[in-house]
Amino acid sequence: MKNKIRIRTFGMIAEEIGQSKLTLDQIATTENLKDYLFAQFPKLQSMKFSIAVNQKLVQGDEQIPEGAEVALLPPFSGG
Amino acid sequence: MADRFERQRLVPGFGSQGQEKLQNSSVLVIGAGGLGAPILLYLTAMGVGKIGIVDGDQVSVSNLNRQVLFGQEDVGKNKAEVAANFLRRQYPDCSITEIASFVHAENAADLIRPYDLVIDGSDNFPTRYLVNDVCVLLNKPLVFGAIFQHEGQVSVFNLGKGSCNYRDIFPNPPKADEVPNCAETGVIGVLPGIIGNIMAMEAIKVLADFGTPLKNRILFYQSKTASFYEVQIKPNLEGHASIPKSLEALSHTDYELTCVGLPEISWEEIPHPIPASAALVDLREKNEQPKLEKWNTLSIPFTEFEDHFERIKEKELVYFFCQTGIRSLKAVRRIQEVFPQKSVFSIRGGIQAILTPHDHGKTENS
Repeated sequence: MKNKIRIRTFGMIAEEIGQSKLTLDQIATTENLKDYLFAQFPKLQSMKFSIAVNQKLVQGDEQIPEGAEVALLPPFSGG
Repeated sequence: MADRFERQRLVPGFGSQGQEKLQNSSVLVIGAGGLGAPILLYLTAMGVGKIGIVDGDQVSVSNLNRQVLFGQEDVGKNKAEVAANFLRRQYPDCSITEIASFVHAENAADLIRPYDLVIDGSDNFPTRYLVNDVCVLLNKPLVFGAIFQHEGQVSVFNLGKGSCNYRDIFPNPPKADEVPNCAETGVIGVLPGIIGNIMAMEAIKVLADFGTPLKNRILFYQSKTASFYEVQIKPNLEGHASIPKSLEALSHTDYELTCVGLPEISWEEIPHPIPASAALVDLREKNEQPKLEKWNTLSIPFTEFEDHFERIKEKELVYFFCQTGIRSLKAVRRIQEVFPQKSVFSIRGGIQAILTPHDHGKTENS
């Protein structure tokens, strides 16, 4: 889908957002996406998570290509 | 020759060579809990020559939905010892060493060094970062796996040059009060069975040089949708900078989770007896062990905490403790909101801190 990005969520991020998959209008960068999510779901600000774009882990602020799949990946500690 | 390993020798690409490699290899399994149970069962069944089991924890009844090495009669016993005894009866050809204590910064390198491969089935972030860092410094292959309620994550670290590790995915640990724990969040019993078995398979692959391990990839599993999700990892400079530079430096590193601005206190600072104007509150659930004997405590299980503020309303000074010091931080933050005039403290490290040998000269099993 053009102009849309697909979001996959895991663990406590999925729990907080309430679903493990969602679609958003295109957002330019991963930092912009975080700002958007923090405004919608303030509790995410105190949760650690890494971000993958098209199944590759990103570091710092990276471009989100059109139609990309973005995954929000928290660390789990349980054993 | 018909023996226990016949059927796996028949697998093309594994064969007698793979079996021989397993028999000549040694594995250290950290944590004999939900992940440890299937890992230990399959590694011994498949014929890994030497296995070390590290766990300082005791079996409690709430473990039994997932920690399938243990039964009702094992409640209260050390997990590493019960697991080792069970596996010795089942597979006498496997050489098993149990270490009935927790891994900490001072003993980690000595525990890990003698083994070919390490499997992290622990249940907390300090241990996970510590084990990762030691394995990086010793260049020791590490099979990593962790669970949350009904999801899991697995990867394999330190497989030679250019191989990533835990800090490439999650450079730094979360803050203490950002972390849920098993007692609070729950876990579907079969989930660690699935994740632990993937970890066991990855360990077997590395040891027997079979197939392609999860190098520079992390695999997520979501049981509710029965889906796997794979993510590629690359080196992270911020993560690498956080690893101590030497084993000597690591042995002096404090791996306990840090917290911002929440008042913590150590057991040494708790008055005995507790004055009438103060309370020492045990936030653990009723079934959690061991009980604290030295002080009189007030039991308010964390799951019922919100409904029982009246029990501490009259106290000017409140000390909270739990198993490891995470729920107690959350309680402190909550009480600061509700009763800003009270003095409240979380006891650092929870009841586990009082059981750690280097704190009080006692063993975990005492």
